[in-house]
This record gives sequence, structure tokens and C-alpha cells, in this order.
Amino acid sequence: MMNCKQASQLISRGLDVTLSKRERFALKLHLLMCKYCSRFRQQLMAINVAISKLGKQIEDDSNIRLPEETKARIVKALESDA
Amino acid sequence: MTTANAHDWLSEHGDYLYRFALARLRDTHQAEDVVQETFVAAIKSNNFAEQSSPRTWLTGILKHKIIDVMRKSNREISASDLLTDEETELDDFFNAKGHWEDKPQAWNVPDNALEQKQFLKILQSCIDRIPNKLATLFMMRDVEERDNEEICKELNITSTNAWVMLYRARMGIRKCLEINWIGHK
Repeated sequence: MMNCKQASQLISRGLDVTLSKRERFALKLHLLMCKYCSRFRQQLMAINVAISKLGKQIEDDSNIRLPEETKARIVKALESDA
Repeated sequence: MTTANAHDWLSEHGDYLYRFALARLRDTHQAEDVVQETFVAAIKSNNFAEQSSPRTWLTGILKHKIIDVMRKSNREISASDLLTDEETELDDFFNAKGHWEDKPQAWNVPDNALEQKQFLKILQSCIDRIPNKLATLFMMRDVEERDNEEICKELNITSTNAWVMLYRARMGIRKCLEINWIGHK
């Protein structure tokens, strides 16, 4: 029987790669009986979604601009390279 | 790409590229540098196909530059770094039998916009608190939709190390959120 430590590791890995059939089965069985690991899994998935939302927030924020000094520096670099 | 083109593209796409880089690197200096490198690389390259949009083309170059930066910041990761002393820290989450020492509390990511904004703010501060190397790997998955094995190759780490690192990052972020989000309410 899988313990919570092992289950939590599989849950995390399952977010990055496809688990083997055996792993998925063992994990499913554990999750059926363990509300803490089920909770843990849901929270990790929610964190994943929230992190990409954070990135999107920065990407869509039109108040964030390339500083003018940097633009000038780039123009200079382009001219010396051309 | 001509110099005149480059200037137009800088004013048209510079801010966008900067935000794209900042969303992934979370460091203003690094983000400025990769945008500069992108334009310098673009002006030297003749690969621009007229049928593709300048923004798509520039973003493609930028992604490679971002990965270069991430790769550099991950260079110092060693196996011992990953698996020895920090392992004991992880054990704090579980008892000797592998049961939760510190049982995950019930909390959810809020639905309404205002609360969500606060939640994301706390999340960002939690990400800032975990070691930089872990945060980088975490963000890296977001740069390109490539499978993990390829990312590991790019970063010169084994996939075992990668998942240990990701696990550690998630444990840390989750715990930090639990303390600060529930505490905040």
C-alpha cells in the first residue's frame, strides 16, 4: 500500500509526465481513501493554473513597458552592429 | 532585416517582447537584456520570411534567448545539491511512516476577481521565496510547450533531478500559500 509521501511524489510527477498504468492505479486507490492527498492534488493543479495566470497578467499589462533608456541602448547596439 | 525595420519593430514590438520575457524570467534586468539580444540577433539574421509576422518571428528568437538565460542560471545545480541535505527538509512534511505530518488544510483558489488578485499577489511572493533555481525550472515549463525530457536536456539535468526539483518547489509554494492565504482571510 502506498503511503502519503509516495503518493504526493507521484501526484507531482503526474503533472509533468504521464505515469505508468501501475502508478496511476496505485495512486487512484490511495486517493480514494485519502482526503489529504486528494486535497493536495487539487491544490497543486490549482497552483499550476494560477501560475500561468500570473504570467498572463504580466504579459497583458500595458503599463509595463521597455524602459526608454533600454530602448536607446538597443538602438545604439543595432547601429553599431549594422 | 534592415536598421530602419529594426527601429520600427522596436517601437512596435519592444514592449510586448519585454513583457513576454518578464513574465517568464521575473527579473527586469534579465528581461531587458534578452530583448536587446533578440534585436541584435534579428538584425544579423536573414531568416525572416515575409509571410510570417514580425512579432511571431521575434518571439521565436526571444524564446531561445530566455532559455539560454535559464540554462545559465541552472548551471550550478549539482546532484548533491538536490538529494542530500534538502531531503531532510522534505521529511518534515511526513512522519516516519510516510503520513502527512502537517496535513494539507482545505483552501481554494478564489473565483471572484478581487480575491483572486490578492491570491495571485500572495502566490507571487511565495514563488519569490523559493530558491531561484527551482522557480526557474518551474517557469521554464511555461516558455515552450515542449516535453520535459527536452527541457532537461537544455538545462543539463536528469529528468529524475527535474522532478525532484519540481516536487520540492510545489511543496514549498503550496505550504507558503496555505500559511499566507488562510492567514490572510
